[in-house]
Amino acid sequence: MFEAISFYLFSFLVIASFWVAVTTSQALYALTALAAGMILISGFYFTLGADFLGAIQIIVYSGAVLALYAFGMMFFDTTREVKEKKPNKAIVTTLAVLAAVLTVAIVAAPIVSQNIVALYPSVESVGNTQQIGVVLFTKYLVPFEVAAVMLLVAMIAGIVLAGKKMDISLTKLSESEIEKQNAEELV
Amino acid sequence: MDVAYLIATVVKIVIILLVFSALAGFGTYFERKVLAFMQRRLGPMYVGPYGLLQIAADGIKLFTKEDIIPANVVKPIFKIAPVITAATAFMAAAAIPFMPSFTIGGYEVKPIVSDINVGLLYIFGVMGVGLYGPLLGGMASANKWSIISAARSAAVFISYEVVTGLSILAPVMMVGSLSLIDFNNWQIENGWIVMYQPLAFILFWIAAFAETGRTPFHLVANDHEIIDGFGTEYSGMRWGLFFIGEYANMFFISFVIPLIFLGGFGEGTFVDGLLFFGKMAFFFFFFLWTRAAWPDVRPDQLMWLCWKVLMPLAVINVVITGIVMM
Repeated sequence: MFEAISFYLFSFLVIASFWVAVTTSQALYALTALAAGMILISGFYFTLGADFLGAIQIIVYSGAVLALYAFGMMFFDTTREVKEKKPNKAIVTTLAVLAAVLTVAIVAAPIVSQNIVALYPSVESVGNTQQIGVVLFTKYLVPFEVAAVMLLVAMIAGIVLAGKKMDISLTKLSESEIEKQNAEELV
Repeated sequence: MDVAYLIATVVKIVIILLVFSALAGFGTYFERKVLAFMQRRLGPMYVGPYGLLQIAADGIKLFTKEDIIPANVVKPIFKIAPVITAATAFMAAAAIPFMPSFTIGGYEVKPIVSDINVGLLYIFGVMGVGLYGPLLGGMASANKWSIISAARSAAVFISYEVVTGLSILAPVMMVGSLSLIDFNNWQIENGWIVMYQPLAFILFWIAAFAETGRTPFHLVANDHEIIDGFGTEYSGMRWGLFFIGEYANMFFISFVIPLIFLGGFGEGTFVDGLLFFGKMAFFFFFFLWTRAAWPDVRPDQLMWLCWKVLMPLAVINVVITGIVMM
């Protein structure tokens, strides 16, 4: 009974927050609703006994959405409504419906073919952090390492892009030195 | 899931909420007194004996003050931001064992709301979400000081999560579990983790100051440059909720540090329990001590410290631990 209560409660909350995130034209509402939805999804993981995934969901998405907040802060006045450019409504509706149908089809396909078998059923005595570790480093080692390489590439790219003039600290320079530098840049 | 479990859990939640909301109030009193003694003042003295009733006076003031919501703010977000800070602080408490377990009338009481097996991750995840309070409050306030404070809270949030996570990784590798109760039991057999991981201990301790937003990393609400930061536009109990969240977080972190590094409550005898509270009290006191003794660092110094000092040290620590354990 508790599982049912928790499932329906979190389903309602998650759908409501994502609905707000999609429909609102106010950047701050959208971001907050997105963060709330992402964090509330962890409720399902906890209900299913996948504690590790639940905690990771909270940590990863609260950090990830935060980057979006930072962008919001830089690009908009987040306390005002964003004037959206409304393209052709028919196209938007068609694409949205198609995308929704496709998602449902992908997720529902294994249910229809009755082919849901847990490949790695959880073991009662072992915590699920260990279980995820074992699966990651045996069966899914290659995707795991590929993801690691991709992250490494992204990190190096980030350093290269952001690292220009990193050895100069404006706070340590005197006013005249800063002005001299600005003048050099203009030339 | 039986009824006894349900009742016990609800009772525990209510007790934690009541005790720590009250403690947050006492925390402000302790802070004023400690700061006052360190600065050769008396602190609050007039309301009640030694100013003890000052908390009640402050509470009455906060509760009865008009709740002003300025005209240009984003109202729902502005209203919900303080609640996020307070609520997430208390949510994090769900996975902290506050005392050794004891028996009342044949029923064993475990003073932890839920011993999930990823307790540590959960605590830091939820505590991290607590920084959404200052962020949202700052962004919704339509005030320039507030938005600066929000930007700083985002920066602190992203940076110091890394240090906390990496510094805790080495002890986790040694214990092989993320549950604080397992940490406690491991330390009964093998001695305190701080003896094996002194560097991780220091790094975690430093990061705790950033996580709770205390001096010397108090730049989210630095009075002398950005007024009260995210709190500038708040008044009454909404502002008070930010405070309760901050102090509750300080208390919870003061419980977590001894649990991870300093042996926790050991085997759970009465003396061990008292010692545990002693350790907790020391770490709480240290927060206040630092505030009295140190100036705030600048934002760029904070970032420098995080990315150029603490993070490399944490990574090296993890690597060395890994090599030694192989």
